Amino acid sequence: MLLGIKLSNHLLQNAELFTLTYGAIVHQLLTDLEEVDEVNKQLDQMGYNIGIRLIDEFLAKSNVTRCVDFKETAEVIAKVGFKMFLGVTASVTNWDADGTCCSIILEDNPLVDFVELPDTCQGLYYCNILSGVIRGALEMVSMKTEVTWIRDMLRGDDVFELQVKLLKQVPEKYPYKDDE
Amino acid sequence: MQFFGGSDISPSPPAPTASGNNAHMMYMFNRNGVCLFYREWNRPLWTLNAQQDHKLMFGLLFSLKSLTAKMDPTSAEKGNLGVPQLPGQGCSFHSFRTNTYKLSFMESPSGIKIILVTHPRTGDLREALKYIYNLYVDYVAKNPVYVPGTPIKSDLFNTNLDQYVRSIS
Repeated sequence: MLLGIKLSNHLLQNAELFTLTYGAIVHQLLTDLEEVDEVNKQLDQMGYNIGIRLIDEFLAKSNVTRCVDFKETAEVIAKVGFKMFLGVTASVTNWDADGTCCSIILEDNPLVDFVELPDTCQGLYYCNILSGVIRGALEMVSMKTEVTWIRDMLRGDDVFELQVKLLKQVPEKYPYKDDE
Repeated sequence: MQFFGGSDISPSPPAPTASGNNAHMMYMFNRNGVCLFYREWNRPLWTLNAQQDHKLMFGLLFSLKSLTAKMDPTSAEKGNLGVPQLPGQGCSFHSFRTNTYKLSFMESPSGIKIILVTHPRTGDLREALKYIYNLYVDYVAKNPVYVPGTPIKSDLFNTNLDQYVRSIS
């Protein structure tokens, strides 16, 4: 069983090793699981497990305070989060009227350097780990979200577009029952 | 200010214990009330058993956060109306002091609460608590063997924490 890799600043200095490691993971998953949908699910789950830990590192190192609303949250993810962990800046567009759904656009993505998907991988979301990471991290700050790929450069699109939709905010509840 | 003579308060900091620390004890909780970590360096007095003590500490902080936010007289420009009170929104309290100890508190937006109890003349420990949060991130959160939400059992974390707390005045 594969453990999630940890994305750390040291790897950014050796970006190729990072890209190759991620590629090796995807390749291994494809070999082990064979079904592309299973691989997508597994990548998302791995990303989720990374995200729930990464959030604390992000909060500790970036010193951001709690965001006022979801718009600020999306901006922080795109400008600070992606910058810190992947070394690239993303942008936020396509806000809906409620301010609960937006798209994060990545023009540059170190995960896919040198990658070309063969025809046998139709339906694979190669970068699906990223959707899991965002979902996991946001859940730890009380936001339940749905993160899906809208555009994928490995499938012929011009950019990577991730749709992040806020499903609900979960306020902190007193966890103990009122016994005694 | 000390009005009551207390034998446990002396002009100089308390004599170092075996581990040589200036703090009395430390707690860490997550957003679900699980006590992730408890360490004591100098605690002659226990009024409750450990489980009740942890529960009381968590409940106290939960209530204090709620109380301080509700009593905030300044303008509440943070958050939209109707958005439920989330960890870190509104005002946040960071310490209280009694005649025998000072309790310093920090909560991250992810709900990790760090409490440090020290002697009453300790200064502002907000930077120290942030440093301890960084220690948690480095030695616990980034450890792939650690399961988030469970008690912390890490020698590296303990050692580095002891070392750091020793240096807090």
